[in-house]
Amino acid sequence: MEDDAPVIYGLEFQIHIIDFDDENNIINKNVLLHQAGEIWHISASPADRGVLATCYNRTSDSKVLTCAAVWRMPKELESGSHESPDDSSSTAQTLELLCHLDNTAHSNMACVVWEPMGDGKKIISLADNHILLWDLQESSSQAVLASSASLGGKGQLKFTSGRWSPHHNCTQVATANDTTLRGWDTRTMSQIYCIENAHGQLVRDLDFNPNKQYYLASCGDDCKVKFWDTRNVTEPVKTLEEHSHWVWNVRYNHSHDQLVLTGSSDSRVILSNMVSISSEPFGHLVDDDDISDQEDHRSEEKSKEPLQDNVIATYEEHEDSVYAVDWSSADPWLFASLSYDGRLVINRVPRALKYHILL
Amino acid sequence: MKNDFRKMEDEMDRLATNMAVITDFSARISATLQDRHERITKLAGVHALLRKLQFLFELPSRLTKCVELGAYGQAVRYQGRAQAVLQQYQHLPSFRAIQDDCQVITARLAQQLRQRFREGGSGAPEQAECVELLLALGEPAEELCEEFLAHARGRLEEELRSLEAELGPSPPAPDVLEFTDHGGSGFVGGLCQVAAAYQELFAAQGPAGAERLAAFARELGSRYFALVERRLAQEQGGGDNSLLVRALDRFHRRLRAPGALLAAAGLAEAATEIVERVARERLGHHLQGLRAAFLGCLTDVRQALAAPRVAGKEGPGLAELLANVASSILSHIKASLAAVHLFTAKEVSFSNKPYFRGEFCSQGVREGLIVGFIRSMCQTAQSFCDSPGEKGGATPPALLLLLSRLCLDYETATISYILTLTDEQFLVQDQFPVTPVSTLCAEARETARRLLTHYVKVQGLVISQMLRKSVETRDWLSTLEPRNVRAVMKRVVEDTTAIDVQVGLLYEEGVRKAQSSDSSKRTFSVYSSSRQQGRYAPSYTPSAPMDTNLLSNIQKLFSERIDVFSPVEFNKVSVLTGIIKISLKTLLECVRLRTFGRFGLQQVQVDCHFLQLYLWRFVADEELVHLLLDEVVASAALRCPDPVPMEPSVVEVICERG
Repeated sequence: MEDDAPVIYGLEFQIHIIDFDDENNIINKNVLLHQAGEIWHISASPADRGVLATCYNRTSDSKVLTCAAVWRMPKELESGSHESPDDSSSTAQTLELLCHLDNTAHSNMACVVWEPMGDGKKIISLADNHILLWDLQESSSQAVLASSASLGGKGQLKFTSGRWSPHHNCTQVATANDTTLRGWDTRTMSQIYCIENAHGQLVRDLDFNPNKQYYLASCGDDCKVKFWDTRNVTEPVKTLEEHSHWVWNVRYNHSHDQLVLTGSSDSRVILSNMVSISSEPFGHLVDDDDISDQEDHRSEEKSKEPLQDNVIATYEEHEDSVYAVDWSSADPWLFASLSYDGRLVINRVPRALKYHILL
Repeated sequence: MKNDFRKMEDEMDRLATNMAVITDFSARISATLQDRHERITKLAGVHALLRKLQFLFELPSRLTKCVELGAYGQAVRYQGRAQAVLQQYQHLPSFRAIQDDCQVITARLAQQLRQRFREGGSGAPEQAECVELLLALGEPAEELCEEFLAHARGRLEEELRSLEAELGPSPPAPDVLEFTDHGGSGFVGGLCQVAAAYQELFAAQGPAGAERLAAFARELGSRYFALVERRLAQEQGGGDNSLLVRALDRFHRRLRAPGALLAAAGLAEAATEIVERVARERLGHHLQGLRAAFLGCLTDVRQALAAPRVAGKEGPGLAELLANVASSILSHIKASLAAVHLFTAKEVSFSNKPYFRGEFCSQGVREGLIVGFIRSMCQTAQSFCDSPGEKGGATPPALLLLLSRLCLDYETATISYILTLTDEQFLVQDQFPVTPVSTLCAEARETARRLLTHYVKVQGLVISQMLRKSVETRDWLSTLEPRNVRAVMKRVVEDTTAIDVQVGLLYEEGVRKAQSSDSSKRTFSVYSSSRQQGRYAPSYTPSAPMDTNLLSNIQKLFSERIDVFSPVEFNKVSVLTGIIKISLKTLLECVRLRTFGRFGLQQVQVDCHFLQLYLWRFVADEELVHLLLDEVVASAALRCPDPVPMEPSVVEVICERG
């Protein structure tokens, strides 16, 4: 993504691209129309900054169907133009449809995830109780179903969300259905691990630790956030119970995995410092004598005691439920949160903590 | 007078002359008899000597006779008498012979004495006599000591064996009192006798002898203690300690006696240690008993709650169950205290040992038993909160409610009562740190709070699941025009009423905000003039949602934000408010995830109005219910592509009918 960290979020039939210029604290907005239907899930391609995929509701004959498609943004919006003196909502442009992820064989698409660090050619969609792996060919204008897997069992099993693990050469995917988390191998489309009863109620979201291979976090309607080691699925490594209602999102910071962001329908965003289970449990310490050598980030452990986990800050700027939070991929200290009333709040990690982590 | 004197003078003269004559005669007689006197003296001397010689010559036969007759004492006396003479004249062959004979016989005598000694069928005084005689015969004392002790050991070991036999499984096993009596009288009595005899006999041996005795006593004593401990360990026993305490008392008392005699053997200290160990074990046992009683009470409550209601007969109410549990636990505690108090009774011999006066009372009873039990009670109660089956698993919510009330009652009154009782009965006399009442009360209150919060969550979850299913499984796009309130809403109201009744059984009402008189008739505030009119404009332009959102946001800024999980207070209204908040918030979130057709929206309207009619009376502040339900309808309207709300009068008619 760009240096100015534009943020994209979907509001019903529109996609708003917000350009945030953090040097000048200016926000610019561009609106794109997404006429196909009401957007429920959106994700951007890691390779091509103009490509994104959405899951949307299409109402037809008083039936609602959730479909998925890949789109391209108009060229001039990609570069993040700073000069847009005109009214931002006047010229709403349209997205160019690249391809549908055709789901006539299956029903509702829950979410779409791109292969991280890939070349934007592979994409996975979760539809009801199927995982579908697509190959995008001919510059993403055609999607071919490469392989699929489905979840057997009694009752109506439905995937609610999924995430592609950045480790293991991007061959692992984790999904959530009801209260169970499962890990899948994309090469064979078979289940690797299964965490039963991960949460007391529905699991809403999960995220992988970018620095530690086997760690993932999940959050659910039991108001808890749980951290798991997939090698030992019987018990969570840590449980956080800071929220007082359903937690909708959990996100690790892309570079410093001790920073974990959670958003919940109790209108709060909580930034936690999970040092003890991060990749640097003893912090990043430098000897007192070498304080001048700040470029040389060699961790010399001063004390053998791991730092304590704690809640860094609770952000209460929202008045309604917070449904999405995410970190900026350009600046690791910046994050945004979105609530039901359409309010987008961009925040930073407190400076003291930022320097503590860096130095 | 002169005459008298003259007569006396004459008399005196006559006397004098007589005396002279007598003296003269006496001298003549002595002289005559002199040599006869000498001869007689010589004869007498010879006679005595001859008697002695006779004695000596007869000595062997006499000794033999004595040995045959068994009059050992006499034999030894004879021997003693003759010893010195024989020794002196042993160069004379005849005496030599006699001496040899005597020695043979004496050796035989000694052997016989030893034999008798070894046989040991006779009692201790005879033993002592044997030993005495042997010592008089000049046997080496250490050997005698050893033999004496070995012999005593044999007897005492027999006692020990008989005690051990009592431990075995063969019935009937005598009770512990009889056992200690047997042990006390048999073994300890024997030991005392041995010790006394030994000290009498071998007092001349000095410290080496005393050391030997001490070692002997220690060894046998330790074996005895081992047996006693084994027997006491078998004493699992019920709550009654009286027999045990009496047995321990006897045991301890008995060992005070030899303790004095055998101060070096440390028997008394070992006995005290055993008693202390037993006391500690009993305390642990009582604690287990109390815990088990508590769990038993809980099981009973669960059974009572789960039992099917017999028609026409009301099951035990929650308040009654609570009273039963509380009184049962209290009576168990009192019984345990009474049972343990026996250990410190005045009559008991060990009750004034420092352990029992100090550590037993403070650490053992107060801390270990009472405080330990209360803490374990709190922990057991809290474990119901953390059970993994979070989906309302196996714990009936009524149990959670009951436990939280129990803990609250404990915090307010019961804990201080119990501890005062304990302190009265067991006066603490040492400086060990004890847990103050306030700490325990704080713990109990915390437990009560956690249980109540968990109850709110569990009940909230039950109602939320109902609402969630009702929203998720219905097809809102193609629903028909609403004619009546949905059944699930009626069930929700019924369940909430039931919960209200249940909580009301145990908790006080609580404070509610004063309601306005027409609360029940309050129409849906969406249509009141305070709201912006253009909110549900039928025309749906891309910009409209933004504007209405802005307006509603401004509205929200001025109204208080609802905290869904605010801490629950210990009253009914607070509990119900918590449950209703959770349920309505769930409804809100679920509604936001669906898409509604026109009639779907109207159905939501009707349902929410119905809920509002009935739920306001349960919460502390009825504005809360209004706000949440307004939000629900507003969110449903936003999710509707064709929002046409129903007329309020029609809504009311439907609700009243349904």
